[in-house]
Amino acid sequence: MSTSKNVLEVKDLTMHYETSEGPVHAVDGMTFSLARGESLGLVGESGCGKSSVAISLLKLLPDNARILRGEIRLNSIDLVPLDEAGIRQYRWRNIAMIFQAAMNSLNPVHNVESQIVEAIRQHMPELSGEEIRKRVDDLFEMVGLEPQFKKQYPHEYSGGMRQRAVIAMALSCDPDVIIADEPTTALDVIVQDALLKEMRAIQEKLNMAMIYISHDISVIAEVSDRVGVMYAGRLVEVASTDAIFHEPLHPYTIALMSAFPSIEGDKTELSSLPGEPPDLLNPPSGCRFHPRCPFATERCKREVPEFKEHAPDHFAACWYPGGSS
Amino acid sequence: MNRADILVDIKNLTKLFPVGQGVFGKTSLFVHAVKDFNLTIQRGESVGLVGESGCGKTTTGKLLTRLLDPTSGSIEFYTGGEATDIATLKGRDLKEFRHRAQMIFQDPYESLNPRIKIYGAVAEGLIVQSVTSRKDRQDRVKELLEVVGLAPAETFMSRYPHELSGGQRQRVAIARALAVEPAFVVADEPTSMLDVSIRAGMMRLMLDLSEQMGVTYLYITHDLAVARYMCDRIAVMYGGRIVEIGQTEELLRNPRHPYTKALISAVPVPNPRVKREAADIKGRVTKPINPPPRCVFYERCPIANKICEENDHPPLENKGDGQHAACYLV
Ligand SMILES: Nc1ncnc2c1ncn2[C@@H]1O[C@H](COP(=O)(O)OP(=O)(O)O)[C@@H](O)[C@H]1O
Ligand SMILES: Nc1ncnc2c1ncn2[C@@H]1O[C@H](COP(=O)(O)OP(=O)(O)O)[C@@H](O)[C@H]1O
Ligand code: SF4
Ligand SMILES: [Mg+2]
Ligand SMILES: [Mg+2]
Repeated sequence: MSTSKNVLEVKDLTMHYETSEGPVHAVDGMTFSLARGESLGLVGESGCGKSSVAISLLKLLPDNARILRGEIRLNSIDLVPLDEAGIRQYRWRNIAMIFQAAMNSLNPVHNVESQIVEAIRQHMPELSGEEIRKRVDDLFEMVGLEPQFKKQYPHEYSGGMRQRAVIAMALSCDPDVIIADEPTTALDVIVQDALLKEMRAIQEKLNMAMIYISHDISVIAEVSDRVGVMYAGRLVEVASTDAIFHEPLHPYTIALMSAFPSIEGDKTELSSLPGEPPDLLNPPSGCRFHPRCPFATERCKREVPEFKEHAPDHFAACWYPGGSS
Repeated sequence: MNRADILVDIKNLTKLFPVGQGVFGKTSLFVHAVKDFNLTIQRGESVGLVGESGCGKTTTGKLLTRLLDPTSGSIEFYTGGEATDIATLKGRDLKEFRHRAQMIFQDPYESLNPRIKIYGAVAEGLIVQSVTSRKDRQDRVKELLEVVGLAPAETFMSRYPHELSGGQRQRVAIARALAVEPAFVVADEPTSMLDVSIRAGMMRLMLDLSEQMGVTYLYITHDLAVARYMCDRIAVMYGGRIVEIGQTEELLRNPRHPYTKALISAVPVPNPRVKREAADIKGRVTKPINPPPRCVFYERCPIANKICEENDHPPLENKGDGQHAACYLV
């Protein structure tokens, strides 16, 4: 990993939630990097820890969350030891987030324009009023919102427009990294399609790095240069999008690929996995996927497989990658 | 189509919801949730109903299972060659009909009472089937739970719905619907809240059940890829109307209606090597409140012209190979 090309380097990130029943092992030993201008898809089923990774990266954590170990290096600066005042210099200016529930990120009592103006004023106090207004106009145009909607309130917007407003807000300080947590999950396909295409175009145009989170592998196929697959709080595989879809190594990724229906190509049998994802209060020993894995052995039950490079830039955490013995 | 094989014959089914008064209170405003809906479903068939949210899928499902009363139109149900119009059934007859048609909801909480244990939820259907002996009921509940993959059944029967995972709850909802041995099941997005690793298994289960028990499905989904796996035919809805219907593979490969074309090209594909064209469609969905007399898709259609604006909504017509579309220009 060369530091200069990577805008973000995450090493051994481990975060737990403390609960009355014990710790929830939501993020465990995650290591990955993000190059400048790159789009990394993060995919996994609900409850596997995707949002927990996102809020850890921005340190927007609830009171019961603890980062136990690891580094989050943003432009080489480790965010983990920073206190709230320290992180605030970087949050939104260098690393920003788009949440799934757009409505919660918008204030219902202010019109959309004034909210974006306020966000810019707070995070970029050096800009003049004139510069801010210009910036807002540019942002509206970039996310495909027509200027006549500037003075409207969030409730007057459709779901797709609200999500665009939230994207404009996240882009307002021109961050190096943007994290999008299931931004289109609540939208209909036609609206989703338009938004995905626009986000991808903006990300490429601004040469911004993006972590795109989704449970939907077909959306991930659409927006990612590289893909990380999560299972039960751990990253189990990271590779180029093409390799993840066409040469997956981890048995969970392999299963995910053949469980997904498609309207394209021949209609093939869908395979399903036995059982259900584990409870992260009590994750399985060894490889967390072992109870559902067709290749699991005694070793998988006992020992945590190392997350290692099996082919150039193709990482997986499995004792028997591709089902090999 | 052989008439003997027909299970449901729906004609001009319409549901309008009142939503207030127009300016000066002169006109009443109605959402045309389902409008002039025509569809014939054969025994053992699985028909998919697809379209974006608000297009009228759930309302159609609720009308067909009579959880809602139609504004107008007929729904003929065939039993041994005899047709009964269930659109206007009341009282005892309606109650009896409800045993023959069941609806499974997207959110299993809608079909399960949170205070009733799993055993009770499934057994209720057996009581209406007049399985009166306690022992028979217990055996049957156990069997049904195992059919839907909740084994060993004993470990589930005494739990409450909230003590189960989302996937397990949906299985209970299916077992409960099957307990009355319905001829017709409306499944409203039954897998859309489930994760992929569980979803494929649930889809398989529903297909197997239709083969084993001869259940006929109206399978509602917003996901065309799911419809491809679950359905023999697909009906595409827009603004309360069916705008296209045809055999699944044919419809996906060769869509005729401009809306179907847009919908298909907007579906993301789980294969990064496939490059899709942009969907050709304008604007966004609006609620069909007192819609003007013209093609329901007019405002968003990329090919619309004067004919589409000056005439009523076009009828569903055979556009070749039995594929029907409601469009003047294709
Ligand atoms: N504030 C919290 N307190 C305790 N557990 C939590 C909290 N937030 C999330 N979790 C748990 O952490 C795990 C990961 O959740 P999340 O990161 O939201 O997953 P995803 O985004 O992949 O659906 C889940 O088991 C979830 O129940
Ligand atoms: N009880 C109701 N009162 C008023 N409008 C309703 C009611 N139920 C549904 N609608 C409206 O009818 C239309 C169709 O809704 P629905 O059948 O739920 O669509 P879908 O299931 O395809 O999302 C929508 O415009 C919806 O807002
Ligand atoms: S380590 Fe073992 S259990 Fe885990 S995925 Fe690989 S083969 Fe399966
Ligand atoms: Mg999440
Ligand atoms: Mg619905």
